[in-house]
Amino acid sequence: MIAYNTLVVLAGVGLLGAAAGLVGTFATLRRRALVGDALAHAALPGLCVAFLLIGERWLPGLLLGALVSGLVGVGVIAFLRRFTRIKEDAAIGIVLSVFFGLGIVLVTWIQKTSTTGSKAGLDSYILGKTAGIVLADVQLIGLVAAAILALVLLFYKEAKLLVFDPDFARVQGWPVGWLDFLLMGLLAVVVVIGLPAVGVVLMAALLILPGSTARFWSDRFGVILTLATLFGAATGLVGASLSAATDTLPAGPIIVLVGTALFVASALFAPRRGVVARWLDDRRFRRELREGAVP
Amino acid sequence: MTPVLDVHDVTVAYHRKPVLWDVDFTLDEPCLAGIIGPNGSGKSTLLKAVLGLVPLASGRVTAFGEPVARVRKRIGYVPQRNSVDWDFPVHVADVVLMGTYGRLGWFQRPGRAERQWAAECLERVGLTHLADRQIGQLSGGQQQRTFLARALAQRSDLYFMDEPMAGVDAATERVIFTVLKELRDAGRTVVVVHHDLRTVEDYFDRVVLLNTRLVASGPTATTFTAENLQRTYGGRLAILEKAGQAIREQRGPGR
Repeated sequence: MIAYNTLVVLAGVGLLGAAAGLVGTFATLRRRALVGDALAHAALPGLCVAFLLIGERWLPGLLLGALVSGLVGVGVIAFLRRFTRIKEDAAIGIVLSVFFGLGIVLVTWIQKTSTTGSKAGLDSYILGKTAGIVLADVQLIGLVAAAILALVLLFYKEAKLLVFDPDFARVQGWPVGWLDFLLMGLLAVVVVIGLPAVGVVLMAALLILPGSTARFWSDRFGVILTLATLFGAATGLVGASLSAATDTLPAGPIIVLVGTALFVASALFAPRRGVVARWLDDRRFRRELREGAVP
Repeated sequence: MTPVLDVHDVTVAYHRKPVLWDVDFTLDEPCLAGIIGPNGSGKSTLLKAVLGLVPLASGRVTAFGEPVARVRKRIGYVPQRNSVDWDFPVHVADVVLMGTYGRLGWFQRPGRAERQWAAECLERVGLTHLADRQIGQLSGGQQQRTFLARALAQRSDLYFMDEPMAGVDAATERVIFTVLKELRDAGRTVVVVHHDLRTVEDYFDRVVLLNTRLVASGPTATTFTAENLQRTYGGRLAILEKAGQAIREQRGPGR
């Protein structure tokens, strides 16, 4: 029998995976997947500053700090792209590494100097740790994830149009700027609530892998989103369980490895779109050509 | 009568470099209008400026006597084919259905009536048999027809189309032209960015000749002249020659 605590943790991480898979697929299709990565890395210094201000490990406060500095990071990317000659990929690289470096310095400093620092275990936000989260934290994560899922369902039609053809959406009169802002906002929130479980380094994988995996199974938009949500949930659940069972392994890498296994299996063996299926189909076609079966 | 489209002194600049300079023309009545000019003359930019997709440095645009932003439900759009990712996981019928989104408004999902209407639009461009294909599996011409069907699904009074006949097969070009004529005969206006000088006189009632500045605009018969073309394509001898030849072919010898 699984303990009640473990169940709650699993529910929280499952919802997180589902929300990350869904929002991440929209972001990937809008070509903003790397923005999610930058957001996650840029969140670390804010988390540390929030801890210094509050003086204890109070998750809502820490996550608010993370959200603010993550958004500042995205703002810096937008600024660099707009007002300098630096291209988006370089801007993302700069923000990601500078903010992350600053975060690591702060984490190390807090762990060394602050009396409560070692107990805070801020270093667990780098690679993620589900075991360290208390029940109230998981409830917060789960609630926010559920709210995000509901919002995406509500704006389904608008978001679909936005990611496929933003100019056409604009001609129809949709406020594309605001919709983009909403998508980025949801992405930021998903990233931030994912930090305790997955950590800043590998959060992007939880955004990108489920949607990329789903693409091998369908070319229908709704089906891909549904599958990405399910794959995300499964990835979170299995990864968190494995991490909890071993107790020594950080959750982030385990979750990402589970997601990668799902991705590799799909890329290879998915019917019709997998590498193996394509290869077999190619071979069959060439044989039919030789035998004259194809006119 | 209020003009269908009034473009007044429009200037568009990227980083202080003007790509459209003081363009001014009016379409008083429903018609098929071609925007003609050499590469880089600002044809697509003009379309995007009118639609509000690029900011105006100066000037104003009105459709049916109102700012474009106020009459969006009456405006349809066929963007350039390469403006979207054709690997995107949607099917042909999904894309056409998107044309109905504008009239649906927030949170309303397309229902049976919208699906039925989208199917009719797909029928008009002859793609009913491809409704369930992923859009990347289509040929260039079929992709262009999908975009046309999506625009038809918008039920607009004024359409803007950006090079709908570029790089398409002859069958698709015929379908597009037929649809254009049907729209005009139903009292709609279609503004088309067009590159093929040989077909201008067959297709369009009015032309807008553009080369960063407006060269001329008006009824095709009096505006699409060798002299105006020379001013539009000036200096580019190869193109000029082709243009001249195109006109001779169109009008036949002895004119």
